[in-house]
Amino acid sequence: MSASKNKNAFGKNWLRENWLRVLVHIGVWGPLLWLVWRTLNNDLGVDPVVTLNNVTGRTAMILLLLCLSATPLYIVFNFRAGIKVRRALGLYAFMYAGLHFINFIALDYAFDIPFIFEDGIPTKPYILVGLAALLLLVALAVTSTKGWMKRLKKNWTRLHWLIYPIGILVITHFFWQAKAAEKFEPLVYGAVLSVLLLVRVPPLRHGIIALRTRLTRGKKTAARPNVLMPQAQKEIG
Amino acid sequence: MLKRDPNAQHPKYIYLNRRHFLVKAVPVAAGALLFACAPTQTPTQAPTAVKPTLAPAAGAGSSSAVGGSTSASAGANGLPAALAYNEPFSNVTTDELGDKLNTFEQITHYNNYYEFSTDKEAVADLAQNFTPSPWSVEVTGMVNKPQTFSLADLYNKFKQEEHVYRLRCVEAWSMAIPWVGFHLSELLQAVEPTASAKYVKFTTVMRKDQMPNQNYNILQWPYVEGLRLDEAMNNLTILATGMYGKPLTNQQGAPIRLVVPWKYGFKSIKAIVSIELTDQPIDNTWRNAAADEYGFYANVNPTVDHPRWSQASERRIGEIGRRRTLMFNGYEDQVASLYQGLDLRANY
Repeated sequence: MSASKNKNAFGKNWLRENWLRVLVHIGVWGPLLWLVWRTLNNDLGVDPVVTLNNVTGRTAMILLLLCLSATPLYIVFNFRAGIKVRRALGLYAFMYAGLHFINFIALDYAFDIPFIFEDGIPTKPYILVGLAALLLLVALAVTSTKGWMKRLKKNWTRLHWLIYPIGILVITHFFWQAKAAEKFEPLVYGAVLSVLLLVRVPPLRHGIIALRTRLTRGKKTAARPNVLMPQAQKEIG
Repeated sequence: MLKRDPNAQHPKYIYLNRRHFLVKAVPVAAGALLFACAPTQTPTQAPTAVKPTLAPAAGAGSSSAVGGSTSASAGANGLPAALAYNEPFSNVTTDELGDKLNTFEQITHYNNYYEFSTDKEAVADLAQNFTPSPWSVEVTGMVNKPQTFSLADLYNKFKQEEHVYRLRCVEAWSMAIPWVGFHLSELLQAVEPTASAKYVKFTTVMRKDQMPNQNYNILQWPYVEGLRLDEAMNNLTILATGMYGKPLTNQQGAPIRLVVPWKYGFKSIKAIVSIELTDQPIDNTWRNAAADEYGFYANVNPTVDHPRWSQASERRIGEIGRRRTLMFNGYEDQVASLYQGLDLRANY
């Protein structure tokens, strides 16, 4: 950040620059606070394990989709603020996925680890898929720091490309656990993910950017740094 | 000639206590008179000889001996005594395995009733405007005496008793529930199935104006379920009219539903308007929706997994952690003989 902005650290400009960050860093705690509130009021529903499972899982999935929408929003609408919260959204998604996993181990199976291996994992393909997504998310979360970004250099981009298959695994996890009459919601999330991934395909992406540039010619869209590259990430922080 | 399963003992978990019902029913009936509550279900007929003419098998005698004659002790609003409690009431606090009953609140706020919602906790509210009365159940098909039973008929012609059963949902959760109802076999005996009848087909009411999801093709409507005739005649199989001493709530399938405790919950069809005896196999709703996941038999079986999850464990609502699921939901002694020689893996 430039010195002039620092001078005005918490002034109007700061908020104009960082409103989305503020929104994200406050908003993501909503579902967790809601669960804590409901727990304290003994209001977690008839099967609290299922309530905790659904809220944490759905929140993780939605945060992951929001994380994956940062780049498409930039491509299609030249909306740059999303890029600044992309990493945070991914980490919060990981946090909720972790809570989702802890609920599975601690409350769903009451720490009966042998029984999890006998009953919980081998017979449920959707759980295997979810576990795979979680393990990959661990790798991405651990290497999400600037230090790891420098250390891994080009491999960092390669590693973090995994967020796309993770997205597919997560939607598959949600789709496979849904019953025949409940496929609508996972299909909607699947459709959203498909769009978010398609927009990134180079020919499509270039086409969209070209179209947008033509439509907004004359406005102040030109000559911006390519914020999509990891080295650009560094300057944006 | 149709007979109840001759081996059927009246199991311990059918609890009857006529005196208890009577004692409770008298003040209730008095209260009804005092406050001049408008009866919604006035039985207009005295019980007639339509009662099953076939004597119950010897083993069932123990229950008949202590069983309350429902018509004799009708309570408020024409309700049989077993349904006339003001507050949730059960004769027992545990099932025959010693597990605590689920609470009235739990049982009435966790309902798989897709006609209203796929959200189990949303059904109770959405079902409030459903009108379970007047009601009639048409019994047709391969029977000598096809009949239409009004709710009063069902209440008065058949003995309403408490049956405490475990309900195991195919989604791997379970409850212990004190149903009130009567043996399906008694109703079937009254209509006299013909020798060629092999299956019993049940159909839920179709009411698009009261059941919002019937306007959407999430399942085939109306909901249809079926049993083999011998399964239907089994002593465990009941038509439930109430729970915890009160008439069924709308979200439970009021006013009358099937309860088949050794099968996954989706077999226990709700809000029944039609019972048809047939020789044709029945394309039940969930098999129709996903034949690889839900079969016709749907017997609770921990050794045959659902394609997408284990059926070896379940969560008893109200507990954390999981229990091991019991073969035939713990009713193996009563029903295993029905399936001798049947490949339960192929016939899931």
